[in-house]
Amino acid sequence: MEDTSRRTTLKALGATLGAAAFARAMAPLAAWPEDLSIDELLQRHYKELSRDDMVRVLRRLEQETLDQYGAVVTIDDVRPIPEVQFGYALNLSVCVGCRKCAEACHVENNHDRATNQSYIRVLEIKNGSVDLAMGTVDYDHAVPKKGRSYMPVQCHQCDNAPCVSVCPIEATWKEPDGIVVVDYNWCIGCRYCEAACPYHARRFNWHKPEISAEEINPDQAYLSNRVRPQGVMEKCTFCLHRTRKGRLPACLEACPTGARVFGNMLDPNSEIRWVLENKRTFVLKEDLGTRPRFFYFFDK
Amino acid sequence: MPLFTALTLLLACDQGFVDPSREYGPPVPDAPAKASRVHVPTSLGAVDTPRRDIHGAPIGVSCATCHAGPGEDAIVVGDEGNPEQMHGTIELLHGGLACDACHEPTDRRLLHLADGAKLEMAEAMQLCAQCHGPQARDYQKGAHGGMTGYWDLRQGERVRNHCVECHAPHSPKPPQVQPAPRAVDRVVFPASETH
Repeated sequence: MEDTSRRTTLKALGATLGAAAFARAMAPLAAWPEDLSIDELLQRHYKELSRDDMVRVLRRLEQETLDQYGAVVTIDDVRPIPEVQFGYALNLSVCVGCRKCAEACHVENNHDRATNQSYIRVLEIKNGSVDLAMGTVDYDHAVPKKGRSYMPVQCHQCDNAPCVSVCPIEATWKEPDGIVVVDYNWCIGCRYCEAACPYHARRFNWHKPEISAEEINPDQAYLSNRVRPQGVMEKCTFCLHRTRKGRLPACLEACPTGARVFGNMLDPNSEIRWVLENKRTFVLKEDLGTRPRFFYFFDK
Repeated sequence: MPLFTALTLLLACDQGFVDPSREYGPPVPDAPAKASRVHVPTSLGAVDTPRRDIHGAPIGVSCATCHAGPGEDAIVVGDEGNPEQMHGTIELLHGGLACDACHEPTDRRLLHLADGAKLEMAEAMQLCAQCHGPQARDYQKGAHGGMTGYWDLRQGERVRNHCVECHAPHSPKPPQVQPAPRAVDRVVFPASETH
């Protein structure tokens, strides 16, 4: 018994535990996702990328879309237009709840086809109140139904955004033109932002989005509608791949009632300014102090 | 060395761009504003017949097909004295208005304003505006009516819907429609009836 001293036993035990711990720590490597490249793993935060880095990332993402979805797409890094502050207003007097905006969003932003996901949720509420808790989003009857009104809710691009302040890794932030964006490659999918948003405007990619090559919108931007990976958050970006090139958002173009007004709030002659100055606008859950850039108004 | 570490840490905590030239895109050159034009639908100056095309949409016939020119009796085709044949598909649900309130009796290809001034079909929005002032004002300011194209008229033009593209002139209230399919969300909202 002399050759197995207490010290040797402890050493052996320690070595075994150490080896087990090491194996456990390395286990994720065995489960390395097939679609995760070294470049992606080592990619820096969006704001830390130089122009050259960004170009390399964009080409890699385009190649990945081609490999995984068979679609030839163009992904740009579309940056804000100087001296533009976006604002959006929606006329609740004319919205009929047809969900055409949600449908357009679904197509424009390359959402998962199976879940029919969209950044817009249209609430059907009883006339006479804005009681969101009593609203439904799963109505399937002809609209507008008598005694009901409709309220589309999407990201309000808050100036004091709770989703941004709760993010533990700064994967989501507010851009100079007011749009709150997500770096999908930096997001770790903790869903704090989803919980923090009082408008339920963020979505989580539970699955890898399924979408056929023909249906993919090839006009994409890094911060908006490129096909998102599994396990990350996503949200409305006011279609920044369109609006930062001067175009109207897809939901506005699709609205058959003209309920939506979009524009630059710094331009005194813009449509959005006229609505803000002349209509009785309100923001949702004003008491929370989120300071949204999405306004609702009534005709009368 | 501590200074270098501190600087690195500061850089790491900085929320700005490492390459500040990436923060904004190029400024938009101050170009003259592009057009914001109103789309004139082909249904203006035409009447639906009971016949349907291959897509099930009613086939329209231009007013001028029968009403050839000025004068009450300037009808060139099928003068049966019975307008029902052509106008039977029209359901008039527009505030109790009669045909002649808008259509010019002496020349059926035209409309007329309240003061009697004649108006081309393509200018029908003026006619709508004389009764629907607030809507016309909102339309002019861009707060009523659908549109496509550019919010930034420096970069591209905009096409706006005509009144009659959403409001059929004879029954302006839009009909009920079946909504687009809902999202299959993981979050289930209780129906208000059972809440």
